[in-house]
Amino acid sequence: MTEKTYREALTDALFLEMRRDENVFVMGEDVVGGTGSPHAEPGFVGGVFGVTGGLHEEFGLDRCIDMPISEAGIAGTAAGAALAGKRPVAEIMFCDFMGLCLDQLMNQAAKFRYMFGGKATCPMVLRTTYGAGMNAASQHSQSLHPLVTAIPGLKVAMPSTPADAKGLLSTAIRDDDPVIFFEHKTLYTISGDVPDGEYLVPFGKARMVSEGDDCTLVATGRMISFCENAAQALADDGITCDIIDPRTTSPLDEDAILDSVEKTGRLVVVDETPPRCSFASDIAALAAGEVFSSLKAPIKQITGPHSPVPFAKELESEFVPSPTKIRDAVAEVVNFK
Amino acid sequence: MQLAREELEQAYKQMKTIREFEEHLHREIMTGSIPGFTHLYAGQEAVAVGVCENLTEADFITSTHRGHGHCIAKGCDVIGMMKELYGKADGLCKGKGGSMHVADMDVGMLGANGIVGGGPPLATGAALAAKLDGKGSVAVSFGGDGSCNQGPVFESMNIAAILNLPSIFVYENNRYSEHTHCDYVIASESIASRVEGFGIHTVKANGFDFFEVHEVMKELITKAREGNGPCAVEFETTRFYGHFEGDPQNYRAKDELKDDRENNDCITIFKDKVTEAGLLSDDDINKLDEEVNSLIEESVDQAKKSPLPNPEDVTTDVYVSY
Ligand SMILES: Cc1ncc(C[n+]2csc(CCOP(=O)(O)OP(=O)(O)O)c2C)c(N)n1
Ligand SMILES: [Mg+2]
Repeated sequence: MTEKTYREALTDALFLEMRRDENVFVMGEDVVGGTGSPHAEPGFVGGVFGVTGGLHEEFGLDRCIDMPISEAGIAGTAAGAALAGKRPVAEIMFCDFMGLCLDQLMNQAAKFRYMFGGKATCPMVLRTTYGAGMNAASQHSQSLHPLVTAIPGLKVAMPSTPADAKGLLSTAIRDDDPVIFFEHKTLYTISGDVPDGEYLVPFGKARMVSEGDDCTLVATGRMISFCENAAQALADDGITCDIIDPRTTSPLDEDAILDSVEKTGRLVVVDETPPRCSFASDIAALAAGEVFSSLKAPIKQITGPHSPVPFAKELESEFVPSPTKIRDAVAEVVNFK
Repeated sequence: MQLAREELEQAYKQMKTIREFEEHLHREIMTGSIPGFTHLYAGQEAVAVGVCENLTEADFITSTHRGHGHCIAKGCDVIGMMKELYGKADGLCKGKGGSMHVADMDVGMLGANGIVGGGPPLATGAALAAKLDGKGSVAVSFGGDGSCNQGPVFESMNIAAILNLPSIFVYENNRYSEHTHCDYVIASESIASRVEGFGIHTVKANGFDFFEVHEVMKELITKAREGNGPCAVEFETTRFYGHFEGDPQNYRAKDELKDDRENNDCITIFKDKVTEAGLLSDDDINKLDEEVNSLIEESVDQAKKSPLPNPEDVTTDVYVSY
């Protein structure tokens, strides 16, 4: 184990996977930085969030490809290269920009396997950032995992810790299906113990973040630490929670969630997207449909409001679920009569 | 230079307002009081002002992530903009949009844009509306060198050409998109040569010189108003600050910035031209500088005093009615 940041853990996975399989390559805007510049040596950026830093020194510019601002082209070339046997890891700087490449993901990559009668694979990874918290306003703050989770054929990973960042990215790269990999932009600097060497975290296997008796909290990414925060405050009042991080929203570890709700009888789902047709409503429907008779209280969903993400601090803080709102929701379901 | 004295004063004042607006932000961002992502337009003022001085409120523009200059040049209220950037309730967009989304429909400013390449299709739509209205309005999309590689940009050029729309594609080639040099990411010889492929009349010009920008645009905009269809311009320009604040800019040539600041400062070039030609005196310039400075001071003062948004307003203005 070595203590690493979330960012370093991701970079670690890229180094290891690129060493292991020469079909793996990275591509995206400024993933190297300075390629083809008349003034500078390539390599001083390594991705706007620094995740692909240093790769080109070991793997060269053939496998670390700076791309023009052409998101549709980036997603489409990744899908085509994957169809032709490569394992591209494409970076889309902010998931909001997936708007431009959605056709390539939704109508192309997601559907090859099925439409072609099981005869094609599209082992691409599209790494992207998501989430509010930087006052980056409506076009740079969205959390679009529900959108792609809803598309059959795409897998969706969202690590909440440095260790999971490494393990899930390694798995994503080895996976034969297209994977949309969401990195929360406020998590890059958190640190934690990360296993050394090759490390894989299986898809569809939730992480039990903490265990308790009174309520099940389900969340992903940044919301995990908010749940932990809320759970600590609740523990002072003698209320304990299971906190479950599914780690991948597709495939989804339904059993982990259902077993927990059967045990606690209460469910609060936390997600920073708007509420409609969301991750939260999906999990709530799952529990309501499968373990209804175990429920002791209505299921609560703590989400953003049905609005875009606003700019100003006061508005953005109102948009994002807070530990206080989570705590209150748990207290409410626990006290439900 | 057949501009009247008031026109010269107006042009200078606009350029200087943009410059001082950006200089203020450059200082203020360090203090942490400007939330979010802010991209400064300093260095490119001659383009925004040279274009927009040929437009009226009935004309449209779309802008980019580096949009403050376009907004000011098109007539957005400077005080309202400053309030917006400070994230205040009475900002131009009520604190909902911030730097990347300043807009004002009343002056034909259809929005800065967080999506690179997002503007040209919208401007082309505004040009379609203008054509249908038949009153001679035009729509200008501003775009950076990096934005010309987005598919929707090409699609809108083709649409503007086949429908013969008064859509004017303005490219500000400041050599870089983030840290990437334009030579690496633009396959054709220039942006201009690429646009010509759509049969669109295209010009390359010096964006450091307000007078050249103004003259080129006057001709193109007049033609577009007369129903001659779309056109495009590629202006050579430079940005005086990094892509974002704190960008070490180690992708630029040694002395490139110093050289640009010394020789390619559009405001110095303007000042030198008008004073040498005796059109405006140093005193005139100083007086305008004072006006600009007090406007910026006033805007900062008001922005700092303005009320913060009410958290409940997070869900207002999502729809017209719901
Ligand atoms: C669709 C999209 N892709 C990427 C970005 C990130 N980004 C913001 S500005 C920028 C560079 C734009 O370069 P250019 O068009 O030359 O404009 P400049 O910054 O030089 O004004 C990039 C890549 C974005 N905002 N939108
Ligand atoms: Mg540029």
